[in-house]
Amino acid sequence: MKLVIFAGPPTCGKTTVIRQVIKRMEVKKLKTAYIKIDVLYADEDEMINKEFGIPTKKIYSGELCPDHCNVVVLDEAVEWAEREGAEFLFVETAGLCLRCSPYVENSLGIVVLEATSGMNLPRKIGPMLTLADISVITKIDLISQAEREVFRYRVLQAAKDITVVESNALYGIGIDPIVKQIEKVQHIDFPMFLKGNPPVGTCTICVGKKEIGAKNHFGVLRTLDSDLFYVGE
Amino acid sequence: MEIKKITIRGGIGKDGEREKVQEFELKMGDIISIVGPTGCGKTTLINDIELFANYNTPSQRQILINDEPIPDDFSFDPSKHPIALISQHTNFLSDLPVGEFLTIHAAVRGAENAENIIEETLDFANQLTGESINRLTGMTELSGGQTRSLLIADAVIIGNSPIILLDEIENAGIHRTKALELLKKYDKIFVFVTHDARIALLSDFRIIMKQGAMQKVIYTGIEERRAAQELKKIDDVMLEFRRLIRAGEEITEPVFNENIKNLVYNNI
Repeated sequence: MKLVIFAGPPTCGKTTVIRQVIKRMEVKKLKTAYIKIDVLYADEDEMINKEFGIPTKKIYSGELCPDHCNVVVLDEAVEWAEREGAEFLFVETAGLCLRCSPYVENSLGIVVLEATSGMNLPRKIGPMLTLADISVITKIDLISQAEREVFRYRVLQAAKDITVVESNALYGIGIDPIVKQIEKVQHIDFPMFLKGNPPVGTCTICVGKKEIGAKNHFGVLRTLDSDLFYVGE
Repeated sequence: MEIKKITIRGGIGKDGEREKVQEFELKMGDIISIVGPTGCGKTTLINDIELFANYNTPSQRQILINDEPIPDDFSFDPSKHPIALISQHTNFLSDLPVGEFLTIHAAVRGAENAENIIEETLDFANQLTGESINRLTGMTELSGGQTRSLLIADAVIIGNSPIILLDEIENAGIHRTKALELLKKYDKIFVFVTHDARIALLSDFRIIMKQGAMQKVIYTGIEERRAAQELKKIDDVMLEFRRLIRAGEEITEPVFNENIKNLVYNNI
């Protein structure tokens, strides 16, 4: 199985990019399955299934962060895609705090960023960008060429080895270079490993303590003026 | 890479039929216009040029530079990008001050003397605007006219691109005759998408568009060049009225008569 993971802030155009990519996968007779991980609601799987007739699935992460959910279910998702006879599994994650990185070793990580989201976005999102293989910049038609160049520079400043692809996905412009990279992806190995270290995930808040203030918690903490410190065993 | 010429090869129109104009060339120093009714595909044509279309856009056009198609990876490094597209955007979305933005852009473009180039860019832009742009202003705070002026100046000076595509510069409230005059000093290929008769007639040739397809090429002959001179007078009178109104003057009968007295129709 070859795994392609699409991440990016909400409404940045991930699904539009994916639809255009699948369109070209179909032409090349490459069998793709699609899975969408979202929090409360998603209908992209039905849309894509209807449009292309490929196997699709959705997973609601509910109380979990979507990228956390991705880590927990991805092995079963790969088995599902294999049973469906797909060569490629496309995973679209909703990624919320944008601090995680959903990419798995030997997978192709694609981060989708919208050109209109401000010059500081590449500096704000950390490993979701820096651990990706390709950064697709969408909605390039909405900004000037000069701004595109500066935005691209900011992306490369944050992730110097990333491949930048500028795309106007609505019109299918800039999709071919993405497909070319997807065709080169290698097979994943089991067990699969995340590329990056997720932020510390178990904390007193996660287990249900609701009091505000560092003095009421233990584990990795900080106060307004201090760096991170640790309280506990 | 030194650009000597670019070739535009026709594809298909909105109806899927082959375009009537199958090929035309642009050489350094050429000024051309793309004309036609709204929605006829003018902007799509310059987008194809800017993207170095290689049968991979909906129009199926192909762009050649010095008779060669453009390798895929070439299109994606803007610091090597020989084409500047000045789109119809009249607002920036970049949350940076003008000075910082221009500094980054000059660095991206590998400018050697960034400070001088930024100064020259702002000078150029400020000759086209009503109120001056200063370095500390946020890009998003600029007016429509200031935005377009800065885009043009940035493309010509910081971008220093050999090919400049300008999408309807006339509707930005900038001094467009001044813009044409300033642009002509630079030896580049200029492609204007325009509804402005004067810009069209000052071009070396114009492409007529309809239904997403290039219909024909008209070279500007001697008669049209004379007509352009006459249109310039009408245009200058209109601009003078605009200037007076902006300055708070009243267009009284003597003021009106004084300004139109040179508008004697010359039979061309």
